[in-house]
Amino acid sequence: MLRGTPFHERTAPLCEASDWRRWGGCVAAGAYELTHEHEYAAIRGTAGIIDVSPLFKYRVTGPDSARLMDRMITRDVSTCDVGQVLYTPWCDPAGKVRDDGTVHRLGEHDFLLTSAEPNLLWMHDNATGLDVTIREETEEVGALALQGPASREILRGITEGAVEDLRFFRTMDTSIRGVPVRISRTGYTGDLGYEIWVGAGDALALWDTLIEHGETFGVAPAGLIALDMVRVEAGLILIDVDYVPAHRAVIEDRKSSPFELGLGWTVKLDTAPFVGQAALVAEKARGPEWEFCGLVVDWESLESAYQEFGLPPQVPGSTVRDSVPLYRDGAQVGYATSRCWSPALKRFLALAHLRVPHSSLGTHLEIEVTVEHRRRRATATVARTPFFDPPRKRETPASPTRGAA
Amino acid sequence: MSRDSGYDAIIVGGGHNGLITAAYLGRAGLRCLVLERRHLVGGAAVTEEVNPGFKYSVASYVVSLLRPEIIRDLDLPRHGLEILPLESTVTPLPDGDYLGRWADHDRTRRELYRHSPRDAEAYDDFGTLMFQLAWAVKPILAMVPPDPLSMSPRDLKAMLRLGKHARDLGEKQFNALYKLMTMSSADFLDEWFEFEPLKATMSASGIIGTFLGPRSPGTAYVLLHHYMGEIDGVFRAWGMAKGGNGAVSESIASAAREHGADIRLEASVDRVIVRGGRAVGVALEGGEEIYAKTIVSGVDPKVTFTRLLEESDLPTDFAEAIRRFRIRGSSGKVNLSLSELPDFTCLPGRGPHHRGAFSISPSIDYLERAYDDAKYGEFSRQPYMDIIIPSMIDPGMAPPGKHVMSIFVQYAPFDLNGGWNDAKREAFGDAVVNTLAEYAPNLKEAILHRQVMTPLDMQEVMGLTEGNIFHGELSLHQLFFYRPAPAWSNYRTPVKSYYQCGSGTHPGGGVCGASGRLAALEILKDLGR
Repeated sequence: MLRGTPFHERTAPLCEASDWRRWGGCVAAGAYELTHEHEYAAIRGTAGIIDVSPLFKYRVTGPDSARLMDRMITRDVSTCDVGQVLYTPWCDPAGKVRDDGTVHRLGEHDFLLTSAEPNLLWMHDNATGLDVTIREETEEVGALALQGPASREILRGITEGAVEDLRFFRTMDTSIRGVPVRISRTGYTGDLGYEIWVGAGDALALWDTLIEHGETFGVAPAGLIALDMVRVEAGLILIDVDYVPAHRAVIEDRKSSPFELGLGWTVKLDTAPFVGQAALVAEKARGPEWEFCGLVVDWESLESAYQEFGLPPQVPGSTVRDSVPLYRDGAQVGYATSRCWSPALKRFLALAHLRVPHSSLGTHLEIEVTVEHRRRRATATVARTPFFDPPRKRETPASPTRGAA
Repeated sequence: MSRDSGYDAIIVGGGHNGLITAAYLGRAGLRCLVLERRHLVGGAAVTEEVNPGFKYSVASYVVSLLRPEIIRDLDLPRHGLEILPLESTVTPLPDGDYLGRWADHDRTRRELYRHSPRDAEAYDDFGTLMFQLAWAVKPILAMVPPDPLSMSPRDLKAMLRLGKHARDLGEKQFNALYKLMTMSSADFLDEWFEFEPLKATMSASGIIGTFLGPRSPGTAYVLLHHYMGEIDGVFRAWGMAKGGNGAVSESIASAAREHGADIRLEASVDRVIVRGGRAVGVALEGGEEIYAKTIVSGVDPKVTFTRLLEESDLPTDFAEAIRRFRIRGSSGKVNLSLSELPDFTCLPGRGPHHRGAFSISPSIDYLERAYDDAKYGEFSRQPYMDIIIPSMIDPGMAPPGKHVMSIFVQYAPFDLNGGWNDAKREAFGDAVVNTLAEYAPNLKEAILHRQVMTPLDMQEVMGLTEGNIFHGELSLHQLFFYRPAPAWSNYRTPVKSYYQCGSGTHPGGGVCGASGRLAALEILKDLGR
């Protein structure tokens, strides 16, 4: 049976649209209101509260905890300070991505790993011979993402300690109006934002405080439809949509390496051995076959595709996740896995897998569009991601920006 | 003094259209100078902190169909433009009920059904027809109007295109378009709907900015403009700009600067310098003269031709046409700082309706009576109002917990009996607040500050002749090839190298920007660019 998150008692009556999605065995609101525009506008314009409790959460402690993390993920844990968070993928021995998530270093020998899929077995397999304790706390901990330009101001008024000094991809233990929480400056929106981790028993109190205090700042609960739009604007990948986890791929072709997912920056090859390292060293040497890119669909060409049928262009009002082919000079050179009209940027965006060398910035391609049941092509250009990247995402007014994600 | 200022073009007036022209000319490589009389750009689209901490969109308050091609060409989102959704319209009714139209189709249908099951279905049929018509008319709005009497190949070709458009319409659509062009909005809507508040609220879009009532012929046509937004669909060309309407102007100014334009504030143009029938420069108040090969006016036709030029610069018949150009102001604006949200009797408490618009338009009779007052030189004792609460859409518009309210008011005639003065202005403000307080009784107590803009204020502060918000009425005899005058609807003027780019040219009106863009494209054509 599906269960609600620790916030369900509050989110359920707010979900006017009765639009529930499945996420990690939980029900999560797709949209609260009958249309999702306001929720999207809140994330981009004020702040949205997104219930991200279904994320899988694993606590790793013990003298070898850093070694386990280092063995699993592609990034270098030795450079991760206590209080720092790393975004990272992790791979199978062939260097293909199994999952992606965040690693929070809560203490010298204390880590939190969040992931989209269950990873307990994989962690245990990799912990062989290590002195670590792995504890799943998925259901014990609720999580709210408070994302958007007003999020810092909202937290500042209710949080114990200097949350305004919390830097990008850092975490702090504190309390919000007496409720113990952990706040990390992380999120899935590409904007200024925080994720607030709270014991399940305190979840409702945290929700009530954020809603009540946030009201004057224009805060709004936001569902997964709006989240799926902003993450495309931020150029962030989604498992099972933009890539297939290696251990679920029934054919080789479906697997992707970090290099093929735009995550080359997370791969530190000259560190302690990690799963997939040898394969990734070899791949780096010969160069990846695929790259993951942003595309902007040319509006005029879309217009003419629709004009043929006497119609104005129609673009999806939320992210669509069916894969469509991409062509260059008549031959297929890739496929787009997520497409979304960006209300903020007023552009039709896509995230795509492209064969090298068709992936270089500025390359003109053709994307398949279906107009009146007929296949047509519109031009699209390879563009830099994140499409949406406001300076406030990384800036911390009190102290200069330092360190990367 | 050197005749070479280094500028290729000078644009008089830093309203949104002037800035758009400058941006497009700059994009094509021209060095532009925009001269703005006030201390900020935007003309009627400005945000000002009249009361400290409270930001007012002083005059223009929504983005009305800003052309998607302009948003794209100038990449306005990168320059800070954020258009936020205005999702609903609620019409509070004197009996304590209301009519709501919401973002969600089913919700709106249920709400209409509550009042009239018939109207609930007719509303969708009406929407489909209007979409078809708007789609058919859209290319006309986007074209440079031809001169119907000219035999030049270019005009003839454009007339043929127009004829083809009319022919391509189906019979039903053609008949409806003909009715739209000729009927009053009240009569037109009567053919479709029975619920008075629905008819009245819809007809109101046909009277905004005009000195006409809902029963005046010719008002139906403007209904169509509302459906243009549906075609632009995802562009959400209809909404409220984050930061108020000044933010729209600022984003365009930023794009213009990026394309090399200089914008001089507090630079009031006294006159356009004409030598041998050609505009060669401008003289500022204070005497400074600046020369350029191209002079463009973004101000309204009256100022463009009668104040900035000598009468002798213009052919007599043209000067006469401009003199006859109708530019009567009919609306006012009231901006309020509020200590708390208005609590509407019909929808008590705080709710999503506060994020949308409110229309005080309970019946056609109500609107027509409001017009009756104005016809005889008085402001409406019970005016039509279009209201938004900008701070509910962008909390940055007011201090935390406080609000600003924007009230568009009609009618307020420019030619008020006895003329406008401070007492009349406040009486007008009182009429607005008293009327609104009948629907939201806590309003009066909540008011921390009130700004009342009469048509005279809009003329004095923003330079809009007679306070007309559209640079001239949007009635049929002043649209398309007659805007602003026959044979001169193509952004040129009888004075060589003097162009017009304001809302007084086709298609005019609202923060749409098409005039500024089309003018720039015509100028570039003349320059062989």
